[in-house]
Amino acid sequence: MAVCIAVIAKENYPLYIRSVPTENELKFHYMVHTSLDVVDEKISALGKALVDQRELYLGLLYPTEDHKVYGYVTNSKVKFVMVVDSSNTALRDNEIRSMFRKLHNSYTDVMCNPFYNPGDRIHSRAFDNMVTAMMIQVC
Amino acid sequence: MEGLTLSDAEQKYYSDLFSYCDIESTKKVAANGRVLELFRAAQLPNDVVLQIMELCGATRLGYFGRSQFYIALKLVAVAQSGFPLRVESINTVKDLPLPRFVASKNEQESRHAASYSSDSENQGSYSGVIPPPPGRGQVKKGSISHDAVQPRTASDPQEPASPVVSPQQSPPSSPHTWRKHNRHPSGGNSERPLAGPGPFWSPFGDAQSGSSAGDAVWSGHSPPPPQENWVSFADTPPTSTLLAMHPASVQDQTTVRTVASATTANEIRRQSSSYDDPWKITDEQRQYYVNQFKTIQPDLNGFIPGSAAKEFFTKSKLPIPELSHIWELSDFDKDGALTLDEFCAAFHLVVARKNGYDLPEKLPESLMPKLIDLEDSAGVGDQPGEVGYSGSPAEAPPSKSPSMPSLNQTWPELNQSSEDTAIVHPVPIRMTPSKIHMQEMELKRTVSDHNNPTSPLLVKPPDLSEENKINSSVKFASGNTAGQQQAGVVAHPPAVPPRPLPAQASGPVVHRPVDADGLITHTSTSPQQIPEQPNFADFSQFEVFAASSVNEEQDDEAEKHPEVLPVEKSSDPASSLRGAKTENKIEEKTAASVPANVSKGTTPLAPPPKPVRRRLKSEDELRPEVDEHPQKTGVLAAVLASQPSIPRSVGKDKKAIQASIRRNKETNTVLARLNSELQQQLKDVLEERISLEVQLEQLRPFSHL
Repeated sequence: MAVCIAVIAKENYPLYIRSVPTENELKFHYMVHTSLDVVDEKISALGKALVDQRELYLGLLYPTEDHKVYGYVTNSKVKFVMVVDSSNTALRDNEIRSMFRKLHNSYTDVMCNPFYNPGDRIHSRAFDNMVTAMMIQVC
Repeated sequence: MEGLTLSDAEQKYYSDLFSYCDIESTKKVAANGRVLELFRAAQLPNDVVLQIMELCGATRLGYFGRSQFYIALKLVAVAQSGFPLRVESINTVKDLPLPRFVASKNEQESRHAASYSSDSENQGSYSGVIPPPPGRGQVKKGSISHDAVQPRTASDPQEPASPVVSPQQSPPSSPHTWRKHNRHPSGGNSERPLAGPGPFWSPFGDAQSGSSAGDAVWSGHSPPPPQENWVSFADTPPTSTLLAMHPASVQDQTTVRTVASATTANEIRRQSSSYDDPWKITDEQRQYYVNQFKTIQPDLNGFIPGSAAKEFFTKSKLPIPELSHIWELSDFDKDGALTLDEFCAAFHLVVARKNGYDLPEKLPESLMPKLIDLEDSAGVGDQPGEVGYSGSPAEAPPSKSPSMPSLNQTWPELNQSSEDTAIVHPVPIRMTPSKIHMQEMELKRTVSDHNNPTSPLLVKPPDLSEENKINSSVKFASGNTAGQQQAGVVAHPPAVPPRPLPAQASGPVVHRPVDADGLITHTSTSPQQIPEQPNFADFSQFEVFAASSVNEEQDDEAEKHPEVLPVEKSSDPASSLRGAKTENKIEEKTAASVPANVSKGTTPLAPPPKPVRRRLKSEDELRPEVDEHPQKTGVLAAVLASQPSIPRSVGKDKKAIQASIRRNKETNTVLARLNSELQQQLKDVLEERISLEVQLEQLRPFSHL
């Protein structure tokens, strides 16, 4: 049900970004990009509050007319951003959380691969499959 | 029902056919289904079959008893011979050949038929292609020609029974195809020729014509069954006999560049099993993989860390994304390390990839870690389709060099293998200098394993133990490991090389005199600054340097030598090279000096391979308060006492020198840090002193009162 899923590195460049193939995918890229500001705002909101206290799941970052953007940050400041279509019956928060958890797990698996250099774009087939599964679910 | 007289051959044949149809083993009734199939295989028109059934009484009885069955068979023979079907004809027709069931279901039966026919007719076996219809036509000409045909077609079934005979097998492909159409797809019997793809093969021109004719006739009978049977055959992986018989076609079909042209039965059997499971690992392969695993990780139950595996597989020269994918497939538990099973799976995938197979999307079952142990038992064959190739031998035939190639060998050019085998064991190339690499790897991996047989660790333990054991008396004859053998078990994990166990009491204090300057460490650490241990700081060089530098200042300290040593270890291990400090130190040390210990094995300032480690150790100890002199000196003294001085061998080879240079550099940094800390301490102490003096001054006036 996600329309677009992106993995952003700590330095705010994309490690992986994939959208449902529609026209104007650039729009999704733009939305992800703008959402990074929101993410930064949220993670710095706690100030000195330690990372432990900050929850990984950030929740709804901002809604637009027909999309909602959700965010998730790992402890190493790798961000996952997900754009979902508002037209579907609104996904419950739990579902979004579980999707992010799956993303995080897959990302960890990619990290475990010694052939993957952190900072490279993610080309893992297993990761792709997982993301595809998430995007195809209902749409 | 009229009585039936059967010749011996007929009797045998019929009883065999009956038992074939008697799937329920009732010995009395032949299954209708089977019988019907059999009759269809007789290539008789349907109405004839019905007539036969009626005549023999089966329709009346509703089942095929033995007598009915025999009568039916006889009638089939009659019909096939072209005689009119009549009840009387059972016994009246003389010299009736055995009924032919070309599309016989099992080879045994056909073999029997063949044997019967050959026994009775004594015809040579033809490897001809003559399909049944022409044969049938020939039959009409007379019994003899019929006989001729019979053995031919009968011998056809026989041919697949000996699949090993290669070229002659190709022509009969069409009858085989034909036969296949009615055959149950229960195949898997490696000895059956695969006829499914048969029709595709153009090379067999005569077969083609035969098959076309046969097909034409056949289509009249029952088109659907052949197709579905054929389809099912197409699904099953081609058997080995196919490979043996039609190597060319196999090559066309497969993507394997190296095609086995094996003709031995063993090969075929193995290949058939490989067809069942293309990803299965043979024993030789597995042994090879295990040996490779051992070169990286001697403990077969241990793990290979990701970095080591990465290096290892990078040597195979596969592109990194593919290696990445292979890793994803093979690291089953996603822990970033490879167990033996995972490693074998990864290696197998690499080998397969090098041979041109595409990587599967999912890990094949036979490569899954838990199943690999069972590979010797049933082959867990599956998903050949996933693999992206078909009908090609995935197993390597006896590998050329199952011997454990060391990491220094190169990965062979697998595609150039002239062998039949598709997969040859690759041999990795080592790119990095082996010794140091191995040492490092071993060290990292066997942190807790003190029993590591590798040389560096052999060297290391003594080294560490030197420092550990205060009592070890090591003769550092030439700064080599010679003396170290006596050392005991390492107490410290080998992973701490650069910091040679500062906490360890170490080797003898060689240049006690030198210590006067604060070069404490010389004494302690084991002089085993062996050149083979580049990872370990070799402070012997340092000692030399220190010694030399000390020499300059030696005059001042000459008398204090004995005391200096232990004091060195004491709380203020000031930098040895700072002469200025030494004054203070010496003063402080005097209190704690233990002359007796110092004298123990002291040597003159001559460049002694003083284990500088001692100093580091003392650094740790001494970093705390200065006040702990006495205790430390006591400890140090004990340590020092135990170790005799170690003369240093001057004749080191280049490697040793480089190693020692490295060690010196490490030592330098350590010492620099130590120095700064000590200076800090010194400052503090001086301040204290000043404040105390001030207090004293303040109090002095009162003293007069």
